[in-house]
Amino acid sequence: MTRVAIVVFPGSNCEYDAAAAMTQLGATAEFVWHSATDLTEFDGVILPGGFAHGDYLRPGALARFSPVMGAVARFAADGGAVLGICNGFQVLTEAGMLPGALQKNRGLTFLCQPTTLIVESTASVLTRNATKGQELRIPINHFSGAFTCDDATYASLVANDQIVLRYKENPNGSRGDIAGVANPQGNVVGLMPHPERAMSTLLGSVDGRVLLESFLSVPVGAR
Amino acid sequence: MNYSVIVEVALREGIADPEGATIERALPALGFTGVTNVRAGKAFRFEVEAADEAAALEKATAMAERLLSNPVIENATARSAAPG
Repeated sequence: MTRVAIVVFPGSNCEYDAAAAMTQLGATAEFVWHSATDLTEFDGVILPGGFAHGDYLRPGALARFSPVMGAVARFAADGGAVLGICNGFQVLTEAGMLPGALQKNRGLTFLCQPTTLIVESTASVLTRNATKGQELRIPINHFSGAFTCDDATYASLVANDQIVLRYKENPNGSRGDIAGVANPQGNVVGLMPHPERAMSTLLGSVDGRVLLESFLSVPVGAR
Repeated sequence: MNYSVIVEVALREGIADPEGATIERALPALGFTGVTNVRAGKAFRFEVEAADEAAALEKATAMAERLLSNPVIENATARSAAPG
């Protein structure tokens, strides 16, 4: 894919990081304001990090009602690749496009630190080029990142291979050390860590590349 | 007529509540012993225009399920508040 929509909500703040990562990997990134209602011209969609609508009420609670979310849901239903990073992950869970919820971190502290992730499944648009068991050094930057779900949901995530990434050392109390999950089809993925901030040795890691290259390697004809 | 309603939102049983746990640990230091099962949550107070109280609570409950709470991890209850 070559043309990626980066959805910008009032309060998003990682859209430039995401765009820079896409550009670095040879794709074209275009910012799409949250009032947009059509994403059909794009090959992939990213919901970036930040504090959409101020994170008022709950992270993602108001953003899920932004007009663009209808278009994101249609894009995903057509098989398009959708990636939610950090706040984008929270938006996708609030919208019901991904299972579970992101709760306040155990310890009630904002966490901004490198983490080691383990690739748990390669059956997703974010990990298709990675190797199961591969370790990736990618930073987190969040207050509400503890993945939470009930027993039945957790069992279905395991059974359907929807757990994409786990933390090697759980920083935030996430159930099952979960750092990222996919929908059953694998074309919608959300993760709390920021692969777009692990794109340069100067910034400590290039391990975000394999994830974002996976995302960009999804055939456009897939949808 | 306007009905005054309070919606309380709390984490469902079995969902870890780090705020509640922290408050519970803090209370004995202030001399408040014997307090258990502390759960932190949110409350919303508003007025609803409806034909009667039951209709007002029904509307508030729908609002709570759609927006004010995340049913994946939270429960919401709506009740009438005394006016004023």
